[in-house]
Amino acid sequence: MATETTLEITLEVARYRPGVDTEPTLQSYQVPLREHWAILDGLTYVKDHLDGTLSFRWSCRMGICGSCGMTVNGEPQLSCATFLTDYAPGPIRVEPLRNFPVVRDLVVDIDDFMTKLPKVTPWLVREVQSPVEDGEYLQTPEELDEYQQYSMCINCMLCYSACPVYSLEPDFLGPAAIALAQRYNLDSRDEGADERRDVLSSPEGIWACTFVGECSAVCPKGVDPAGAIQRYKLTAATESIKELLMPRSRSRR
Amino acid sequence: MNRRSPEPFLWMLFSSGGMVAALMVPILLFLFGIAIPLDLWSPSHDHLLAVLRNPLTRLVLFGLCALALFHWAHRFRYTLYDGLQLKRYAVPIVVLCYGGAVVGSVIAAGLLLTV
Repeated sequence: MATETTLEITLEVARYRPGVDTEPTLQSYQVPLREHWAILDGLTYVKDHLDGTLSFRWSCRMGICGSCGMTVNGEPQLSCATFLTDYAPGPIRVEPLRNFPVVRDLVVDIDDFMTKLPKVTPWLVREVQSPVEDGEYLQTPEELDEYQQYSMCINCMLCYSACPVYSLEPDFLGPAAIALAQRYNLDSRDEGADERRDVLSSPEGIWACTFVGECSAVCPKGVDPAGAIQRYKLTAATESIKELLMPRSRSRR
Repeated sequence: MNRRSPEPFLWMLFSSGGMVAALMVPILLFLFGIAIPLDLWSPSHDHLLAVLRNPLTRLVLFGLCALALFHWAHRFRYTLYDGLQLKRYAVPIVVLCYGGAVVGSVIAAGLLLTV
């Protein structure tokens, strides 16, 4: 337990046990307020020392795995990259990510995102794969810059939690999936833009977005999904107009 | 799937309306809201009327009015859909918004042609 000289901070943690609780309730825990402790360290302290029944998801503890997204004082955050001292003297309210069904305590059901993600074909598509002996697909630094920021996405789903459109329209493909589609569309080695087009330019794709921009504001990796979506809107609208003016120009396989 | 959705065209009108309004409205506001009232620039009525009657001026002002109205229509439609959660009234909202933009554009054209 904390020594006399150790400062403490209160974590108000959302608890929900399926089959026992009808709705989430807040439970308060006192944890040591240490300079280098993130919210995740506070939760680990609770689990190790105060209440072993608390459930939350985490893995790398260094902002790469995207597992520990939570709502901290109302804002979607990676709990490993959000420090206790920034919220002193507290209390700090820790809740599960919004817009997702809660499985237990701070653990949310991410099936919806996992179903949507492969729909945008988020991998390099080549019409003909060149043999390994031919060497790498070369790319200039400028070509790398085109898509690099979108490749920083860690699938943490903070953008889905922040998106007001996703909360109103659960069918919306969502910020990260569209940004990842653009990550490959804008890659000079990729030839799959046509394959991604139907999904992206459907009503549940880019056209559902009303450019609120919260996705880009909360992204912990500096990706700009809102920008990716607006950029694709221009691409899709230009394609639609081309198609209207020259109906037979588009080669469909 | 959904090849014939009007959304891309409505969005094009919305985004071009936003752009022309952002570029031109501040200039017009400066000229007619600040420069002329403060006598920084005092063109004669006849001079302004001559400028306004130039076909190019009419075309540019009509483009600004119509596109800005379609910008409003698109944004207001989604404000009603999401902000006020009225998506169940989608049909009357679409008629009100884009219909309003069409009516406004016709009025703008009428005014510009009759000055």
